[in-house]
Amino acid sequence: MLSRTAENLFWLSRYVERAENMARLIDVAMRMSSLPHGPVDGPDEWHSAIVAAGCERSFYAKHERASAETVIDHLARDLDNPSSILACLETARQNGRSVRTALTVDMWEAVNATWLEMRRLSKDEFTPARVGRVLDRVKERSLLFGGAVAATMLRSDAYWFSRLGTFVERADNTARILDVKFHVLLPQAEPVGGSIDYYQWTAILRSVSALRAYHWVYRDRIKPWLVAELLILRPEMPRSLMSCLGEISRQLEVLGQAYGTRGECHRLAGELEARLRFGRIDAIFQTGLHEFLTDFIDKSTVLGDEIGRHYLF
Amino acid sequence: MRIRIRHATRYRYDKPIDLAAQVVRLMPRDHEGQRVLSWRVADADGRILPMFEDGFGNRCHLVTITRRHEESAIVAEGEIETADTSGVVNGAIDPLPPSYFLRRSEATMPDTAIQALAHSHEGVSDPIERLHRLMTEVRSRVTYEIGSTSVVTSAAEVLARGRGVCQDHAHVLISAARVMGYPARYVSGYLWDGAVTAPTEASHAWAEIRIEQVGWVGFDPANGVSPTAAYVRVATGLDYSDAAPVRGIRRGEAAETLAVSVEVQQVQAQQ
Amino acid sequence: MTTSAFDEMGERAAPRPAYAGVADWLASLAPEVLAAKRDEAELLFRRTGITFAVYTEGGDPERLIPFDIIPRILDAHEWSVLERGLIQRVRALNAFIADVYGPQEFIRAGKIPPALVLHNPGFAAEMVGLNVAQGIYTHIAGIDMVRVGPEEFYVLEDNCRTPSGVSYMLENREATLRLFPDLIRRHRIRPVSHYPEELLGTLRSVAPPSATANPTVVLLTPGSYNSAYYEHSFLADEMGVELVEGADLIVEDLVVFMRTTRGRQRVDVIYRRIDDAFLDPLAFRPDSALGVPGLMAAYRAGNVTLANAVGAGIADDKAVYTYVPAMVRFFLGEEPILKNVPTFRCSEADERGEVLDRLHELVVKDVHGSGGYGMLVGPHATKAERLAFAEKIKAAPDRYIAQPTLSLSTCPTFVENGVAPRHVDLRPFVLAGRDIRIVPGGLTRVALREGSLVVNSSQGGGTKDTWVLDG
Repeated sequence: MLSRTAENLFWLSRYVERAENMARLIDVAMRMSSLPHGPVDGPDEWHSAIVAAGCERSFYAKHERASAETVIDHLARDLDNPSSILACLETARQNGRSVRTALTVDMWEAVNATWLEMRRLSKDEFTPARVGRVLDRVKERSLLFGGAVAATMLRSDAYWFSRLGTFVERADNTARILDVKFHVLLPQAEPVGGSIDYYQWTAILRSVSALRAYHWVYRDRIKPWLVAELLILRPEMPRSLMSCLGEISRQLEVLGQAYGTRGECHRLAGELEARLRFGRIDAIFQTGLHEFLTDFIDKSTVLGDEIGRHYLF
Repeated sequence: MRIRIRHATRYRYDKPIDLAAQVVRLMPRDHEGQRVLSWRVADADGRILPMFEDGFGNRCHLVTITRRHEESAIVAEGEIETADTSGVVNGAIDPLPPSYFLRRSEATMPDTAIQALAHSHEGVSDPIERLHRLMTEVRSRVTYEIGSTSVVTSAAEVLARGRGVCQDHAHVLISAARVMGYPARYVSGYLWDGAVTAPTEASHAWAEIRIEQVGWVGFDPANGVSPTAAYVRVATGLDYSDAAPVRGIRRGEAAETLAVSVEVQQVQAQQ
Repeated sequence: MTTSAFDEMGERAAPRPAYAGVADWLASLAPEVLAAKRDEAELLFRRTGITFAVYTEGGDPERLIPFDIIPRILDAHEWSVLERGLIQRVRALNAFIADVYGPQEFIRAGKIPPALVLHNPGFAAEMVGLNVAQGIYTHIAGIDMVRVGPEEFYVLEDNCRTPSGVSYMLENREATLRLFPDLIRRHRIRPVSHYPEELLGTLRSVAPPSATANPTVVLLTPGSYNSAYYEHSFLADEMGVELVEGADLIVEDLVVFMRTTRGRQRVDVIYRRIDDAFLDPLAFRPDSALGVPGLMAAYRAGNVTLANAVGAGIADDKAVYTYVPAMVRFFLGEEPILKNVPTFRCSEADERGEVLDRLHELVVKDVHGSGGYGMLVGPHATKAERLAFAEKIKAAPDRYIAQPTLSLSTCPTFVENGVAPRHVDLRPFVLAGRDIRIVPGGLTRVALREGSLVVNSSQGGGTKDTWVLDG
């Protein structure tokens, strides 16, 4: 298979996934900002969403301060921000378009129709009051794309590269969403473990569609370290880092067997997976959750690069 | 005369790049006025580069670097035995018939000034004499000035500005000669300037014009003479773009620093 | 004009034999049925057409070339003459191009003015002295033919560079098979669907000697923004070869490789649908981002075959065209089977004089033009246009040739107000490798406007399925 085809499939899936996760990130910021506020000294939820999205530089080049309006516009609509939802969908479509014949009709339809629909939306659809509908739609279309990949694609290397893109991006994005909590400071008089803290963790769970899963797994009230454990270490949670790394390792292994070659990307994926498989949440909290997540995000970037290097993207 | 040449081209990039490629025309061939005693074209590690021949019979080498790198080099070097043939080039590889070299090219497209130049010595009946006068006139009308032109400056622009380097002199003469009905071609090569000097940054270029009953005759308008034993002929073509010593391309955002060093020395023949 | 033209079906009451079945069928159908079928065809093509339209950005999707549902038919005898003629012509064209870049005996023998070849923009000095595999330069040739009478076919022009349109030939047959299975069953029609297989066979037969027994063929496209991208991806899929872009290929040690997820894989034959000028920034336009740096070097070193060869366009020149019959005689020692349209060379004083006198009845063409550009259609031009064109001819006579306006044959075509005759041409695709193969028929283009002789799709032309009857 041409490296360019693999590269385009990989990035097609990554950008669809990124669009979905950007929607989830905005969602979590909206939920947090709707919580009752005391006096807050530090940056608020909207700033934290920008930081977690890794869009600080592009955002503050354009806007003076983070507000619901400016952040939603930047993360959802602004085509100058390559990670905005619309930019992701456009890039996804461009990647799909140049390997059109490697896609199934359903995959192409999912990507093409989404882009055509989204680019027609007026600016009014992105106001804080209305953007919820758009975010739901983006998640829905991304799930449709994932379904099309799962249900219609031949299980050849094209499929494995598509899936790799999805899970490399998803791992990165789950880590970012979890990290939002670090950047959002509690109001001064609020204790850790108090009700605001509780609602913030709940918001994170909701944004990754994991609130119910949490209750099923733990049958307990919301506790920060359990939320973190669910999203980092639990293999049965489909957006957890563990779950994503498990998928990545498996896909790389299939490719490794098919091609008879393995490289740094295989080793690194194995290392990351092992750290998660044998990791303990109390140990992670001891070294610092934020430090752990930052390190993970850096390593997953390297992993993405190494995959590209090994398969000559 | 025995001439030793070393022509090194070095590239440096301010950021690593993933792809760079060059085609070089740096390999002299034999004709009656010169014999190649030894010659090699190699990369920075001394690896001999793969060779191919172009449509003009020039021996070319291809350099492609497809891994990440920040610098590269091409070194051409060797020794040539030359003889003075009064500028007449016999026995060179000529895959194309002379009349091909009446063809116009972008760099040698004549304008009215070049046409006027071409008709300026119509009274002189001997073609060699007439072409020598033309060469002298080109030399006097275009002052040698490094940096006054680029590789894409056309003959017409050069004549209008009155400034240029050897390659521009050659283009003007070629353009005028073709207007006169003489097939003319561009030659790149080397010139030993008669003294032991520091390495220069460029090789040399001149023109060859086809004269019935005589053959191809060299004219160096930059120096106002026909080539002697001090000249080493390397590559030919319709104009600079066919015979350029180095033509390169790279992919990536990096800025390039190019360093060229040309050493031409006379070697005392060993007993 | 339509009335005086030769109609390939003939009188409704007494149709020519090849059309007997179609004439019956047309007579048996109510106009509403035809209209319904046309709508169905449009629907069918819209589905393929979606694929066409997908590749255009913004604005209006690319306009689909209309498909006329009534087939154009050639009988076995007509085709056998054409086929022999086409094979002969393509052999001669290849011999000519090989000679141009080789010994130049045709020039030396005084058969063609040296300057017409050597100073031609289509002449590529980069090809001189290169021995290409099997001595073939135009591997896929599209020879444009017109017909003016029962036995009278003329070659209008040769397309030796990168002729396109073969995907329409294949899709049109598919459409007819689906729309009119009964009609097809009542005829014995020679199939065309094996074209991609023949194309692959041809390409593999011209692999360089250094290739393995199982040479790797790729199709090089300028990319998905190119208007013919659909055809490129269609042919690559049908042949089962990779559809590559310039950046997928690299040249190392004078060998071409493609970058694959399994590592670098050697490429032996490149069916390139990129113009010469964009193939290699180190040899041609330095600003080409579509090309492969070093490709010409690998080509010159004999390590890869380009199909069609660089410089094959020398044979497409409309002045060179006038020498094709002489090529057939010179290189093959045969009499040409296919006729050229009588052509005046404006470069020659006496012929130029005649052209200028008869401008009102001639078609004047720019020798380097294609697609109907730079052309004067005398009978349709105003006096002022003719005068202006006469000045252009006088200023650069070498650039023009002139031909009489031919009365192209017509075929029954389903138009707004029913079935009516419309002018057609024919582009058969000739494949030249170790041997020469032609899939029977080709692409028929039809001028949909009444009386129009312009079949170009950009100017209101459509296409028809082209049948060659068996025995």
